[in-house]
Amino acid sequence: MNWSPLFLSLQVATFAMVVSLVLGTAFALLLSWQRLPLPDLFQALVSTPLVLPPTVLGYYLLTILGPHSLIGRGFHWLFGGDLIFTMKAAVIAASIGSIPLVVGAVKVGLDAVEPNLVAAARTLGASPARVLVTITLPLAAPGIVAGAMLGFARALGDYGMTQMVASSRFDGFGIHNESPASIFVHDELVALRDESARNMAIATTILGIVLLVLANHLTRRVRRG
Amino acid sequence: MAELVADLAITRGEYTLAVTLRCPPGITCIMGPSGAGKSTILNLLAGLLVPDRGSVVLDGEVWFDRAKQIDVPVHHRRLAYVFQGLGLFPHMTALRNVAYGMRDVPRADRHAKARVLLVRLGVGALADRKPSTFSGGEAQRVALARALACSPKLVLLDEPFSALDRELRKQLTTLVRELAGELAVPVIHVTHSLAEARLLADRVVQLEHGTIVSEGGPDLLTTSD
Repeated sequence: MNWSPLFLSLQVATFAMVVSLVLGTAFALLLSWQRLPLPDLFQALVSTPLVLPPTVLGYYLLTILGPHSLIGRGFHWLFGGDLIFTMKAAVIAASIGSIPLVVGAVKVGLDAVEPNLVAAARTLGASPARVLVTITLPLAAPGIVAGAMLGFARALGDYGMTQMVASSRFDGFGIHNESPASIFVHDELVALRDESARNMAIATTILGIVLLVLANHLTRRVRRG
Repeated sequence: MAELVADLAITRGEYTLAVTLRCPPGITCIMGPSGAGKSTILNLLAGLLVPDRGSVVLDGEVWFDRAKQIDVPVHHRRLAYVFQGLGLFPHMTALRNVAYGMRDVPRADRHAKARVLLVRLGVGALADRKPSTFSGGEAQRVALARALACSPKLVLLDEPFSALDRELRKQLTTLVRELAGELAVPVIHVTHSLAEARLLADRVVQLEHGTIVSEGGPDLLTTSD
């Protein structure tokens, strides 16, 4: 069996998890900020990837990241290549899909932090940044861990957006011109290679279940401290 | 003499609080029925709530003045606040809880000093344990140690002994009395308990519906019987 598609998916999902966790935590913190203007609009914007068709999101990403866009030209000027149809584009696409799930999980974690503890830290002389790092984030850790795992699992299975902005095949680390697992299954089915499609589908399913079990275990451990 | 002078007014919906406090060093007990505004006063003094008008001056240092638009952030007001629920950080050991607010102590010395304070308050054995393992009395003592550790100019105690049995309450009131004498700063102690106030108070302020109805020395409590 060719394991490269699965490894490529794992690479994309790992990077996407990091990106979506950083951005998702920042968005969740903003949503928890009581003085945020137009919180409902902000929440709606963050959740948009859940409701828009992947093709629509893919279209936006192609427009924003394409070679004629500001970001595309900036990227070309800095690194001398295109952003779209690369693993970086796949990571961005997978991250966009993961962010709403990460924001939701992290927000639950943040909401569970007792306001009294934050107030206590402030009265003990902690600056807002120190309160965030030493009190809020550690106490929201179960939500953050759950968010990371959900983000990873979602990124592992991204299909539509990835295909639009990164194409069916791209290079990974040590992997040349390969499809990620989700696209690989589709391509193998279309090519009537049923066994190969089935094996990859089973491998991806097992990996997803193992990850979710691990996520639950880790979340419980973090919650217990 | 480090005197607290506070003129506080706040309206929230139907509720209005308007009080003027003069608290010299020593223990001022604020008494009154639920909803009288006792905890609101503490939150206004701490900067956790912003008064609609008035001022807070401690030892000549202006912490808040609506007219002059001065509002010193909570973490720059040098105070210790023991909340009703104590607010011990559940993810930190007793030692780290106590060391958290030590602003002027070099980082390397903080744990040693925190240990000395815990021993002083009779809970040295808890140093490496987390709050979930403390009894009610132990948690109180750790919270008091943490409050003392930040060398406060003002101490706010919000019914800290309300959940304790009579014997333990008596022990801790004696301890607070002793510590207040050493600190020589204003200590504002909110309580429902007449017995507790009799043991502690140098001054008594009685509050009803957001206004002060009587204030004076502890002899005021004898006439309350």
